[in-house]
Formats: sequence, structure tokens, C-alpha cells
Amino acid sequence: MATRETRLRAISLYKELHRLGREYPDPAYNFHKKLRGLFEKNRNLSDPQEIEKAIKLGEYIRNETLALYSLRKYRYLKRMYPQDSLSDPPL
Amino acid sequence: MRPSAVRLLNILVPVKRTVDYAVKIRVNPDQKGVDLNVKHSMNPFDEIAVEEAVRLRERLKDEVKSIKVVTIGPTKAAETLRTALAIGADSAIHIEVPESAPAPEPLGVAKALRAVIEREKEGVDLVIMGKQAIDDDAGQTGQMLAGLMDWAQATFASKLVVDPKKKEAEVTREIDGGLQELKCRLPLVVTTDLRLNEPRYASLPNIMKAKKKPIEKLTPAELGVDLKPILETIKVTEPPKRVGGGKVENVDQLIAKLKEAGITPVKS
Repeated sequence: MATRETRLRAISLYKELHRLGREYPDPAYNFHKKLRGLFEKNRNLSDPQEIEKAIKLGEYIRNETLALYSLRKYRYLKRMYPQDSLSDPPL
Repeated sequence: MRPSAVRLLNILVPVKRTVDYAVKIRVNPDQKGVDLNVKHSMNPFDEIAVEEAVRLRERLKDEVKSIKVVTIGPTKAAETLRTALAIGADSAIHIEVPESAPAPEPLGVAKALRAVIEREKEGVDLVIMGKQAIDDDAGQTGQMLAGLMDWAQATFASKLVVDPKKKEAEVTREIDGGLQELKCRLPLVVTTDLRLNEPRYASLPNIMKAKKKPIEKLTPAELGVDLKPILETIKVTEPPKRVGGGKVENVDQLIAKLKEAGITPVKS
């Protein structure tokens, strides 16, 4: 049964992913549509183990997206501000 | 400048709201500036500074009394402060300037920061800030602030270890050709380099909690500072378009092309 607790977790996860999706770098990838679609698909789960699995998958995607963003930023900064200040940043 | 309580650190982290790193910059038709109607976010080096302050607290625990963030900017700059509060700062100061005002220059910023430090009743022991802003790449504010305050400075820090009891800090700096280790007495200005740390993500629950943290609003006039620019931007242009390279079949062709380009051989 979907408890109040899992409902709250799912909703807060959705809100977090939704906010993250605003910054997704590839315009061709419809983050929000996929997000909505995946949550809708699992809206009627009743087995607590399945619910837990679905939430864990959502959290995994959230962490992967965060890693994507921070790697992207780090790579850009590393190129633009090289350790060896004598080398020019690439054009 | 009033010294702070003997063993507790008061940290000040100035941050700047800049054009987001991922935005493709476009020069305005008047060639006096760039299109600012784009996404803005906190200067990445300032994110590293806020992160370092929060990590210092995680390491030193109660020895860090307060982490304050400060910014100079229009109303929208408050968002940048909220992000810093969500990462872990305690309170913020917003020096509000009109949206139409020209961007403050490093010297003006340093003078404003000096005024902020002098008005802090508990004093400030450590200023951690980004080494440069990705919009102007000036890299001057930290150094100017240290000069104005007559404080020690350790710039391009890639490692920071603070001992509040001894009122000392050991900073590893990135310099050409390697690393330099400095021992500095507090109060100190540190500017952050890329390799100091990796900033954490401000999660949504933390952003919500941060809404309750206080933001004090000030004007430059209240600080007794004039932020009018003393430099005039004459022209802003894009870098020259990269010309395509060419391929050569062999060494002789390479030499011919080099000669064409005007490079003369040197007698060995």
C-alpha cells in the first residue's frame, strides 16, 4: 500500500527532479515529459517493495543528473581556466 | 578594526551574480557590452568559496561562529544569496543597487566590502572569495580588499587549513610551475582556485530552509561608498573568427606553407 510517507517522498522527489530539469543542457531531450510520463506510469503501485524500487530509481536519476551538471561545469571551467596559466584557453 | 572573540571564526564570503557559464555570450550592437538578458547564476569561483566556508565549519564545528555572504547587485541578486544560504551560510547582506546602474568595479567592490567588514560588530577573521569573476575576469577584488584592510592575503588557494586557536592559516597556492605553501596570520583574505573543492548541490529542502535565514539590505550610500565606475569601456568585440586549418601532404609542403605565412628559418 502506498503510505502517506511514500507519497510524500514521491512528491518531493518529483518536485526536485522537475526543478533540476529546467537546466538540462540538451534541448532535444524532453526531460519534463519523460519525468511526468515515468511518474504517471507508476502511480498505481501497491506493493511496498515495488514502490521503494521506483523511488530508488528516481533518486538514482536525480543523482546522475546532478553528476552530469557538475561534471559539465567542472570540465568547462577546467578548459577555460587551465592549471598551467601559460597555456591559452581553447577557442 | 575590532578583533573578534578569541577563538571563534567569523567568515565573510562575498559572492557575485554573473552571466551563467553555459550561456553563449553575444556582443551588443553598440559594442559597449554584452547581452545581459540571459541566465545568471553565482560565479563558479564564489560557489567554491561558499563551499569552503561550509567545509571549514564541518571540520572546525563550533569554532566557526558565523558564515555571512554578501553581494552587490540589483534586486535579482537576492537569488544568489539564497543559493549561498542553501549551501550553508547563516545570513546574508544584500547591497542593493538599481538595475540600470553600471556594474561596480573591483576597487568599488573592495571599498564596499571594507565598509561591510568595519560595520560588523563581531568583526571578520576570514574573507573567502572567488579568485575572479567569469564575466569580467578581473581577478583584482580580493587583492585590493587585502590592501585596503592591511590584511594578509593568500590568492589562488587550492588548499586551506585554519587554526582558530593560533589565529593562523596554512594556504597552498597554485602558482606558475607548481604549488606554494604559505602560513598566514588572521585576519586573512583568501581567493579560491578551481581545485580547492567541488561545491555541493543546494537541494530543494535546503533551499526551502534557507528562505527563513535573514538577508540584511543595505545601500552603497548607507555604507558611505560611491560605486560609480572610474573606468570607461571603449569597445567590446568578439575574438577573431577561427580560420580553418589546412592539411599538407609532406614536410616540403609544410615548409612552403610556413614560408608563405612569413616564418623565416633560423640558422642552426
